[in-house]
Amino acid sequence: MRRDVVEHRARRVMQPGDEIPELKVTPDRYLTVRYAGASGDFNPIHIDEDFAKQVGLPGKILHGLWTMAQVARAQTEAGGGPQSLKRLQVQFRGMGVPEREITVSGTVHEVRDGVAVVHTIAEQDGKAIIRNAEAELRVE
Amino acid sequence: MVDTTAIGKRYAPVTYAVGREKIREYAHAVGETNPLHLDVEAARAAGYRDVVAPPMFAAVYCSRAIGPAMFDPEVGIDFSRLVHSGQEFTWGPLVVAGDEIGTTLTVKDISERAGSGFYVFESVSTNQEGDVVCVGTWSNIVRGA
Repeated sequence: MRRDVVEHRARRVMQPGDEIPELKVTPDRYLTVRYAGASGDFNPIHIDEDFAKQVGLPGKILHGLWTMAQVARAQTEAGGGPQSLKRLQVQFRGMGVPEREITVSGTVHEVRDGVAVVHTIAEQDGKAIIRNAEAELRVE
Repeated sequence: MVDTTAIGKRYAPVTYAVGREKIREYAHAVGETNPLHLDVEAARAAGYRDVVAPPMFAAVYCSRAIGPAMFDPEVGIDFSRLVHSGQEFTWGPLVVAGDEIGTTLTVKDISERAGSGFYVFESVSTNQEGDVVCVGTWSNIVRGA
């Protein structure tokens, strides 16, 4: 995976309407194999190009929970670390594929009692692969 | 018609021992660069006993608890038409290497709309101190034939 330089900065004040820093990541062609090993999810639709095509997919597709982990990473990087993420809810749509850039972007919807609600989307080639994602981040 | 008799069914808890190298392997696979996940000294300097699992590591310690429900004939999921449609996690205290996480899975709901089956599972994961570290809601659709 291409590794972008990330600052692990202190959590910042968030206001409604603020955008969290965009996260861009391009999974390389072997990413799904590494994630299968790391997660234990060896469903062949993620790691076997021929099998994926036999069941009508365009080719190997990304694990949804890997893509969700990119959405989570965008939140924890905005929130200042793993302790900032209280809750994350996503809907999976379409299929993510390797070797195409994914962009995760989000906007603070409300801030209440030290918790920011961030609405987030993950897109690839202009199409949402995760939509209606809602995160709760500790901001105090 | 989808069979809804499994609603409320609860499976035996599954325990997962969290390893330092497994956290590092997972962190690399998802592109985490925060030293809390990779560097024991950095994690200890921040007050943690060992490297910290990224929140989405829940997918790892829950996975063996999900299997028995997904493959349960009483639930009756047809894998050839299965789509993981949605996921929610709510986190408690962070998980660190050396923790033992027990996960209990419940069939929260089964319903049918427009010929498709909707299956919702809930996982509750607890560490060795009895703290709930993660509650997961796993939504799956089995598309109509």
